[in-house]
Amino acid sequence: MLDQYINEPMLEMFIFETEQLIVQLEQIILSSEKGSCFTPTAINDIFRIMHTIKGSSAMMMFNNISTLSHSMEDVFYYLREDKPEHVDCTGLSDLVLESIDFIKVEIEKIKYGKQTDGDSSMLTDLLKDFLSALMKENNSNTFEYKVGLEEKKQQYYIMQEKVITTVYKNKYKAVIYFEEGCEMENIHAYTIIRNLKEITEEYYFLPEDIIDNDESIEVIRKEGFQIFINSDYSYQKMHDFLMQTIFLKELELTQLENDDEFKRFKKKTDQPVIQDNKIKGPDLNNHQTEEEHDAEKYNYSSASTQSIISVSVSKLDKLMDLVGEMVIAEAMVIQNPDLQGLELDNFQKAARQLNKITSEMQDMVMSIRMVPLSATFQKMHRIVRDMCKKLGKEVELNIIGEETEVDKNIIEHISDPLMHLVRNSIDHGIESSEERVAKGKSAVGTITLEAKNAGSEVLVIVKDNGRGLDKSKIYQKAKEKGLVYKNEDEMSDKEIFNLILLPGFSTNDIVSEFSGRGVGMDVVLKNIETVGGSLLVDSILDIGTTITLKISLTLAIIDGMNIKVGNSFYTIPTIAIKESFRPKPREIITDPDGNEMIMVRGKCYPILRLHEHYKIKTKVTNFIDGIIIMVEQEDKTLCIFADELLGQQQVVVKALPVYIQRFRKVKGLAGCTLLGDGSISLILDVAELVNLRA
Amino acid sequence: MAEIIDNIKELEEDTQKGRFLTFSLDKESYGIEIKYVTEIIGIQEITEIPELPDYVRGIINLRGKIIPVMDIRLRFKKESKEYNDRTCVIVVDIMDISIGIVVDSVSEVLTIPEHDIVEPPQMNKSYNNRYIKNIGKVGNDVKLLLDCEKLLTDEEIDDLHESF
Repeated sequence: MLDQYINEPMLEMFIFETEQLIVQLEQIILSSEKGSCFTPTAINDIFRIMHTIKGSSAMMMFNNISTLSHSMEDVFYYLREDKPEHVDCTGLSDLVLESIDFIKVEIEKIKYGKQTDGDSSMLTDLLKDFLSALMKENNSNTFEYKVGLEEKKQQYYIMQEKVITTVYKNKYKAVIYFEEGCEMENIHAYTIIRNLKEITEEYYFLPEDIIDNDESIEVIRKEGFQIFINSDYSYQKMHDFLMQTIFLKELELTQLENDDEFKRFKKKTDQPVIQDNKIKGPDLNNHQTEEEHDAEKYNYSSASTQSIISVSVSKLDKLMDLVGEMVIAEAMVIQNPDLQGLELDNFQKAARQLNKITSEMQDMVMSIRMVPLSATFQKMHRIVRDMCKKLGKEVELNIIGEETEVDKNIIEHISDPLMHLVRNSIDHGIESSEERVAKGKSAVGTITLEAKNAGSEVLVIVKDNGRGLDKSKIYQKAKEKGLVYKNEDEMSDKEIFNLILLPGFSTNDIVSEFSGRGVGMDVVLKNIETVGGSLLVDSILDIGTTITLKISLTLAIIDGMNIKVGNSFYTIPTIAIKESFRPKPREIITDPDGNEMIMVRGKCYPILRLHEHYKIKTKVTNFIDGIIIMVEQEDKTLCIFADELLGQQQVVVKALPVYIQRFRKVKGLAGCTLLGDGSISLILDVAELVNLRA
Repeated sequence: MAEIIDNIKELEEDTQKGRFLTFSLDKESYGIEIKYVTEIIGIQEITEIPELPDYVRGIINLRGKIIPVMDIRLRFKKESKEYNDRTCVIVVDIMDISIGIVVDSVSEVLTIPEHDIVEPPQMNKSYNNRYIKNIGKVGNDVKLLLDCEKLLTDEEIDDLHESF
């Protein structure tokens, strides 16, 4: 996806920046909505954001976005200047949020290289209506603002009278003044010139070096931007054309009666016609100024200025790959077979130093990719708000530990599941206010989103104090759908709760807009599993439901224990290993079906012979010759039988080749990795293996 | 500028057109279009992956890149043969998938002019010749020209269907 627009840094910047602004805007709106109404600071912030979006989108020629943000800006301009007393806050929030959604959709379109063809006119009209209603209601000295608009128009009518003359080649002189404080006047001027190119071939402008020379900004501010145009356009048409300019404060368009001024100017500038390659040059600079402008914007958007640069994720991925390769290369050098049996004190010392640096570097690269969950969590505010409105429920969202950081890739994968879980909680979990009061609970339901670190894992908890899961209802439903075969009393609470994770399961009888189609929790589970996480459901009837997502911090590099079976190497993630030991014959139990089990400290665990499971030829088939590795995942324990342990190593997880994956998912394999000597080891997927036998 | 690039591309295609890397398998000689071939390496240690069709021998480490290897003998349902130092892996890049093909030995790169390439005789589809796209005539010899894309896709699709 990134690659598509990676070649257009300006566009990329625009998308990145606009997305950030929109998120910011959404947050402001939602927090204002919670407190009674828009505070002056909030209004200022919103105004500024809309202003920026308007400017940048107009520059990038996304007209529907710019007109929409323009009308939104108008509304907030009025709010800021006149401070009206009666404002329909919820109505305004709705409007702004709708507009935000519109812009979001358009940005998505831009990302995928499509045309921004959405029609913003309806929203623009709504905003205009809102503004005029607002003005009427607070019929104060609002006309100042309107007058400003009309002045412009008047000027336009007077001028028009003068010149409805020839259709023949007309010569115009236009002087354009931009709004004060719109910044980057030179860029806006350049936009005009670029547009002009489409309608005329002959034009000159003053100051000339608008792009290369930043001082031109000052000149434009003071004296206006002068353009001399030779075109077939009628005065009217030319005027309309120039009026489209963004941030336009004043336009003086005069038709030149004779060529004098034009020619004089022609002589003054030795280069009569701007050539295409000349335009190319400024284009690059254009980007630079844009960046500068960005830096400026960051400065005043975050008061506590941190020097931050944005790096494309693909570069980070590459860096991560390289560091991974380096770790392997390091192991290749230090564990080189040529060194075996040699006494090398100095080498060992140096090797330790290298090891320290590489592992520090690894941590650093990891930390670069770490992103706090706050953005993802904040998004939930919006969902809660929208759903509460539609369903007529009252829900409060508490967020704890949003500063917890996870790998960027993981965030992308958990954002959707999280949204689903929150929706589920509101739709199925939280009761309506009357029901809650009748049950003796507070009328407002609570959903708590919590994130915390637990070792090398992150726990994300979605907790509600709603009606909880009804065990017998779930069981009944599952039975109807033929999803269970056991008796209800044979199943533990956990097992019953886990039924809701099965595909096709839904206790909701009515399919609602938000949920109930039965394609819910299984998708959530799948999403979480793709990033190597797991999901726990817990609930108490009428008290609430808690769903816990367990996600490993990072995907790419894991601590692994290498084991050998026959001639093959396997790697087990160290986190999953509880212990390893050499079994004694009397501890082994075999049941009539031939399933082998082992007794450890009074508990019985199933054994998986890896060589049988993967049909590997090995001499070690007797338990006493090999080794047992006890692994645990999701409270299930399994003993894996292998030939021998080779040692622990940090390994870089690589996916199996696509060609192999196409055949079928090989059960119990999570990927592969390169060992120190360059040979390949297969990484075992403990979760799958455990489920195979347990 | 664009023209020049186009020219270069054409030239490149031209130099590759009609050129085939030939290898032998028992008595027959096969050819692979050179544009698919990225490199030829000697046989190296193959890591087996369980639960795959027998002709996919496993994966190898090609300078840090992990690629699957397929034994062409097993693919053509012939007897497998012990690997020796003549055994080669032809690394091909087909439809953006890198895969190694294990062959008995590599012979040479040949240019076969278009008029010496003929369609294979039409036989019942169930015969193995579905991997043979064309037949090239070189002197008195006949080279069987492989359809690389079929080599990768054809049977797997059936396999996938069976497993569901």
